[in-house]
Amino acid sequence: MSIQLTVNKKKMSLDIDPNTPLLWALRDHMSLKGTKFGCGIAQCGACTVWVNGEATRSCVLPISAVANADITTIEGLSDHGDHPVQVAWDELDVPQCGYCQAGQIMTAASLLKKKPNPSKTEIVDGMSGNICRCGTYHRIQEAVKLASELASKKKTKSTVKKSA
Amino acid sequence: MKSTRRSFIQKAALFSGAFCLGFDWFQANGKEVSMVQTTMDSGRFNAFLAIDPSGKIILYSPNPEIGQGIKTAFPVVVAEELDVDWKDVEVRQANLDTQNFERQLTGGSGALKHSWERLRKAGATARKMFVQAAAQTWNVDASTCKTSKGFVLGPKGQKASYGSLVAIASKLPVPTEVTYKNRKDYQIIGKRTKGVDNKNVVTGKSVFGLDIDKPGMLIAQIIRPPFGATLKSFDAADALKMPGIIDVVSFKNKVAIVGKSTWEVMKARGTVSCKYNPGDLESDSTHQKWFDEGMKTDKATVQRKDGDFAAALARSAKVVEATYECPFISHSPMEPMNFFADVRADGTVLLAGPTQVPQSAQKAVASLLKIDEKKVEVELSKMGGGFGRRLNNDFALDAAELSSIIKKPVKVMWTREDDMGGGIYRPAARYHFKAGLDASGNMIAFYLRGVGINAGNATRQDNFPVGAIENVLVESVNQVSAVSTGPWRAPITNFLGYAEQAFLDEVAEAGGKDPVQMRLDWLARAKSNPVGKITYEPDRFIEVIKQAAEKSNWKKKLGVHQGFSVYFSHLSYVAQVADARIVDGKAKITHVTAVTDCGEVVNLSGAENQIKGAIIDGMGHAMFAKLRFNEGVASPTNFNGYRLIKGNEIPTINAYFVDNGIEPTGLGEPALPPTGGSIANALYAATKKRLYKQPFEV
Ligand code: FES
Ligand code: FES
Repeated sequence: MSIQLTVNKKKMSLDIDPNTPLLWALRDHMSLKGTKFGCGIAQCGACTVWVNGEATRSCVLPISAVANADITTIEGLSDHGDHPVQVAWDELDVPQCGYCQAGQIMTAASLLKKKPNPSKTEIVDGMSGNICRCGTYHRIQEAVKLASELASKKKTKSTVKKSA
Repeated sequence: MKSTRRSFIQKAALFSGAFCLGFDWFQANGKEVSMVQTTMDSGRFNAFLAIDPSGKIILYSPNPEIGQGIKTAFPVVVAEELDVDWKDVEVRQANLDTQNFERQLTGGSGALKHSWERLRKAGATARKMFVQAAAQTWNVDASTCKTSKGFVLGPKGQKASYGSLVAIASKLPVPTEVTYKNRKDYQIIGKRTKGVDNKNVVTGKSVFGLDIDKPGMLIAQIIRPPFGATLKSFDAADALKMPGIIDVVSFKNKVAIVGKSTWEVMKARGTVSCKYNPGDLESDSTHQKWFDEGMKTDKATVQRKDGDFAAALARSAKVVEATYECPFISHSPMEPMNFFADVRADGTVLLAGPTQVPQSAQKAVASLLKIDEKKVEVELSKMGGGFGRRLNNDFALDAAELSSIIKKPVKVMWTREDDMGGGIYRPAARYHFKAGLDASGNMIAFYLRGVGINAGNATRQDNFPVGAIENVLVESVNQVSAVSTGPWRAPITNFLGYAEQAFLDEVAEAGGKDPVQMRLDWLARAKSNPVGKITYEPDRFIEVIKQAAEKSNWKKKLGVHQGFSVYFSHLSYVAQVADARIVDGKAKITHVTAVTDCGEVVNLSGAENQIKGAIIDGMGHAMFAKLRFNEGVASPTNFNGYRLIKGNEIPTINAYFVDNGIEPTGLGEPALPPTGGSIANALYAATKKRLYKQPFEV
């Protein structure tokens, strides 16, 4: 029985063990290796992707549970690597080793979708489920703030354009 | 070597018509820097600077990047002396290539110190050649020309890009004498430069070890025996029937499950059962017993002796004693261990993956397979952290041995449980300190015994305040264990720094002295009249201490309990003041002030990252991390039990750097050792409870 799902706007059909965690389906069967393995037990957040727009830990999610779902991974977050979160991450030079950052970015982008102007506490709480072994937490928190500012600027710009 | 050769020819072809300069990135003696024009397949140099006619500047970086920022910092130095715009520079990772590169490794925070001179020289040499090429073209004296952002500027307003001068410059002889920029003219050094890999990281394009994929590659996981046990038998009958499973084989007491995909291997692994011959299995109680014995033995190795400690202690007015205990901990880089190997029928081997020491991987695999090193090629991947774990090539050896048995290309991946349970830990240790104070509270006698388990010398006998104290005795005892250990970020000092700095806080209190002033007094002594040899520079110590006291408002903040520490390691000096507050009835570290003297700061952004990261790392492991052993098996083995510090548990950190222009020293490690001490001392100030064991929170 094959399972259908949409990944980064592309329709996919997978004929593998339905218990396969989404993480390994993405990495081994769809060649999308931007999503990382850190713990395998939903503790670190390295494997965070969006399932129907919600930040979700893909390491414990069997693909049978995401049949017909809409998946977004770090590779599909933006077309040109210019999502405000990605821009802010580069701007503030967040990554050290970089391994946790795809998960951090997917979590941050999802947080900002829900709360475009998060408070400091909302940022800290929203991001503290993702482990960064290199300790880039300060910059992660600053970058979420910057991303929210960049996004609101972008929005005002496009509204201005439309009304002009 | 075939493909190495090919890849170099490809690179060379890419640069046909380019200006190429080869130099030694890692040459041991910076005084004898040599440069040569090269076609990039010359055999002597480990780094290449290439400028093509379009003006694009490419640097091949030979060293592994583990998150310490070297891949950005090194090129910054070259670009500065070359005098180009940073945005025109592209950095590329080179693979291990012992024919073309001399030495490629990462570890010990020593790289920048060793390379500073030759990086500058590489840039300055190329710059001089472009100036000469322009001067020749314009028929003017080279001394009348200047450079700016990749252009040579002539005396009469002439202007030529480096790119346009490539053809002429590449035919000039390589100058041996060059002058360097004055540091006040620096455009890139000392500024904030973003990581060269950022764009790939934020789009998920970086290829880490686990992301390596090769044609025909199989996936394997390995079941390892408890430490000290040997494999008696295993039953893989069920696993072998499962879909996607190719083979289950055993070597060196390990059992490897080989299959087509990660999940199939994981699932099959769960059905394999192993039986072991127990042997001498160690538990926490074994280690405690070894500590007790090591503390009692009269066979300790004397590491340092100044004056007569016993006599001075006997005449002391007051004695302070304390024992500190350092648990085994795991490195837990975010990317678990993994490695790819393809041992081929034609006798060649391809290795690929994350290692801090690719050349020793090559050597170790060659000797394991009894083949010539030249037959082993190593490709480097990006690394999801290392912290010392990837200095040990056990993962590469496993992959190579397995590939040689199954005769197929294979990537061995470690689960988090394998990574945390499978060894190479920070050595455990127990430290006992004694201090004798005279009637006015001055320390006249200082004693330390360090008993380590697989730690070698668990002390650092020349550490301050040694050199300032009249009577000193430092001894070590090493107990040998089946539990595998290795360097962990800031080896030994990552814990010893805490123990020393926490103990000195007790000494200050017992002597009725201010912890800051006490250290300044000692340093004045070490400077004017050192006891025995000293390995640190008292003036640099004094400066970071003074600045930290000033910037932290030492003991002047209301409602804040402060703890002080200062440490010299990896040739850099870091002073810290931690602030603790009582929040909801509990003492909490809310802020850390850190002042670092690492000489010239090459990349301010990267430097800040290293300081803050090391403080968070030091604090997290001091607060939470501990592995237990029961009959040769470590626990916990994943992040549900083994707690890493999270984003809502960090203090704010102010990181300052001493601006002295001294040649740069290491930064990946030095801010970690003082951290446990500053926070333990702040927590003591807040709670009046001394902390003698890590983790602080159990
Ligand atoms: S790998 Fe999924 S949360 Fe850690
Ligand atoms: S950047 Fe290394 S784990 Fe986060």
